[in-house]
Amino acid sequence: MPIIELEEITRIYRTSAVAVEALKGIDLEVKEQEFLAIMGPSGSGKSTLMNILGCLDKPTAGRYRLDGEDVSGFSRSRLARTRNQALGFVFQSFHLLPRTTAQENVELPLLYREEGLSWKEIHRRAREALESVGLGDRLDHTPNQLSGGQKQRVAVARALVTHPRVLLADEPTGNLDTRTSLEIMDIVQRLNADGLTILMVTHESEVARFAERVVTLRDGLIESDERTEPLSARRELARWLAQAESEADDRTRKSEELKEVPEAEEVAI
Amino acid sequence: MKWSAVPYVAVRALTKNTMRTVLTALGIIIGVGAVITMVGLGQGAAAEVEEQVNRLGQNVVLVFPGERQLGGVSIGGGSANTLTVEDALALQEEIPEVVAASPEVRSQRVIVHGNRNWHTRVYGQSADYLQIRQWPLESGEMFTHEHVGRAALVAVVGQTIVEELFEGADPIGQTIRVRGLPLEVIGVLSRKGMSLMGSVQDDIVIIPYTTGFQRVSGRSHAMVINVQVYNQESMDIARAKMEDLLRERHRLAPDQPNDFTIQTQEEVAQAATETSRVMTWLLASIAGISLFVGGIGIMNVMLVSVTERTREVGLRLAVGARGPDVLLQFLIEAVILCVLGGIGGIVLGILSTEIIASYAGWPALFSMEAMIVAVSVSAAVGLFFGFYPAWKASRLDPIVALRRE
Ligand SMILES: Nc1ncnc2c1ncn2[C@@H]1O[C@H](COP(=O)(O)OP(=O)(O)O)[C@@H](O)[C@H]1O
Ligand SMILES: [Mg+2]
Repeated sequence: MPIIELEEITRIYRTSAVAVEALKGIDLEVKEQEFLAIMGPSGSGKSTLMNILGCLDKPTAGRYRLDGEDVSGFSRSRLARTRNQALGFVFQSFHLLPRTTAQENVELPLLYREEGLSWKEIHRRAREALESVGLGDRLDHTPNQLSGGQKQRVAVARALVTHPRVLLADEPTGNLDTRTSLEIMDIVQRLNADGLTILMVTHESEVARFAERVVTLRDGLIESDERTEPLSARRELARWLAQAESEADDRTRKSEELKEVPEAEEVAI
Repeated sequence: MKWSAVPYVAVRALTKNTMRTVLTALGIIIGVGAVITMVGLGQGAAAEVEEQVNRLGQNVVLVFPGERQLGGVSIGGGSANTLTVEDALALQEEIPEVVAASPEVRSQRVIVHGNRNWHTRVYGQSADYLQIRQWPLESGEMFTHEHVGRAALVAVVGQTIVEELFEGADPIGQTIRVRGLPLEVIGVLSRKGMSLMGSVQDDIVIIPYTTGFQRVSGRSHAMVINVQVYNQESMDIARAKMEDLLRERHRLAPDQPNDFTIQTQEEVAQAATETSRVMTWLLASIAGISLFVGGIGIMNVMLVSVTERTREVGLRLAVGARGPDVLLQFLIEAVILCVLGGIGGIVLGILSTEIIASYAGWPALFSMEAMIVAVSVSAAVGLFFGFYPAWKASRLDPIVALRRE
């Protein structure tokens, strides 16, 4: 059974003057454990689709079944519960609470759980989630003490802490450099391998190649839906690091030849 | 939402911006502090007035000129010119239950001794006044009816005069001057009381009423007649007889109202406490206004805070917070702010009341009720003024909120 089923989804934005048809009839099925990338030019409806998939917005028409349940008719608070229990979000701009530790940021979704978890359980789960993204030693750091990649990893931990059915990521690498992008994609692929369904919006084809299925939107319609052999982020990362190292070596050698600076090695790293 | 997370989230939000929290709470601190100070001083004054009136003396009836309503006017009064010295003499002579009657004339005067001077109240009274008031002398003697009869230039002074004008030395036989008029001090009154207001009562010069009318005040009519009745049981009958006598003397037709007012000590006390109670309420309402202004400050800060934290609200909604959760969070924040402010206000109120009381010689009375009311009111202020911003936050659309920069 597919975990996500979209039937004839349309979304019309009505402003005072005009009505913009952002989605014109989307049919999509996503199976459990799939890693799907949504691509398309700017204004093609990617974010609109993502908002509907994330239960943050309702379609104007059409049916959306999540895990077998039709969520199109859900009330606001029922949608909030669905977001809390079934979905995890990762945003381009991280959206961490400022002046709040990584641990507390990750605990946030658990505070809105309906079944009451004990504080001990909340702390434990948050710690576990942070450890799973390699930040077990940064629990007490606030966002301004963390690098961009670390912030996004905190955000991933926050999405995972509720054990969601689907992870939704909107341009998760948009604010990151090549190396940290690869690190994040490595984490995402690992989660996918562990059985998590992942939907990711991106406009970079290099990033989309890490997914096993790429859906391309154009003007509110699906233009293409292709299955590809995904690249391994881990391998790409290793290759990138090796290349960076040899480039650094080159530079080091050159500067050594020129000036024989003793600290050059440190500078290169 | 997890219930224990509600205060936790609110407290975390408040501690993240300590400076703003403190400044916002300051409005409430000052408001509650003002309420407590005002109520404390007002109630202190009420208690003092009551005590003072109770010390008027036993079985005392006061006759005021003019018609006044019970509880309506202060004891000071005496603007109408309807009571004469002869009225006082008649009361004493013609009514058997009346032991003594003293026509009173008051004036505020500067008195001089050597190179020192002092602003005080000079009372013209009969020779029986101290007996009526049951106020013993410390030394010397009270002036006599003979002194009164010839408007003698003699005076009996209170303890404050001894301290301020004679620097504690024995004043008997010394001369004090009132508007150039030399008065020989023949007696010193005992200290009236240990209370703060007592020292005000001790700030007094008593002279024969004849001297008072003719040489000091320039008035012709009594401001009050102090009457002592034989005993408590004869109070009602004495009162009725006094009324009849004065109506007859003033030639009032049966359909005319009294042009004087008779009040017993209890009635005066009741009127005075009533007056100071009204005063307390007045002061408290003024202070209440500052509490209200503090509440508006809270609303203002909460509104700014909701705008600033739009992205935070968006995120909370995205990870599963429902509208009511967000509403509750901001509401509890406002209430915590106000309750903390209320506690700070109690501390401030107690401190400032103590300071005012010790510097201004004004008695203060703290009541638990005033504090409980002040803190509950400030919590209510928090709820009331916190609701609109909180409601606004809870209505945010997560998509719009998340996109906000
Ligand atoms: N809130 C909105 N109100 C009106 N029009 C909107 C709104 N959001 C998006 N649109 C329009 O819908 C279309 C699709 O937008 P979007 O889903 O953001 O595309 P993408 O994320 O692919 O750039 C665009 O034409 C955009 O202008
Ligand atoms: Mg977009």
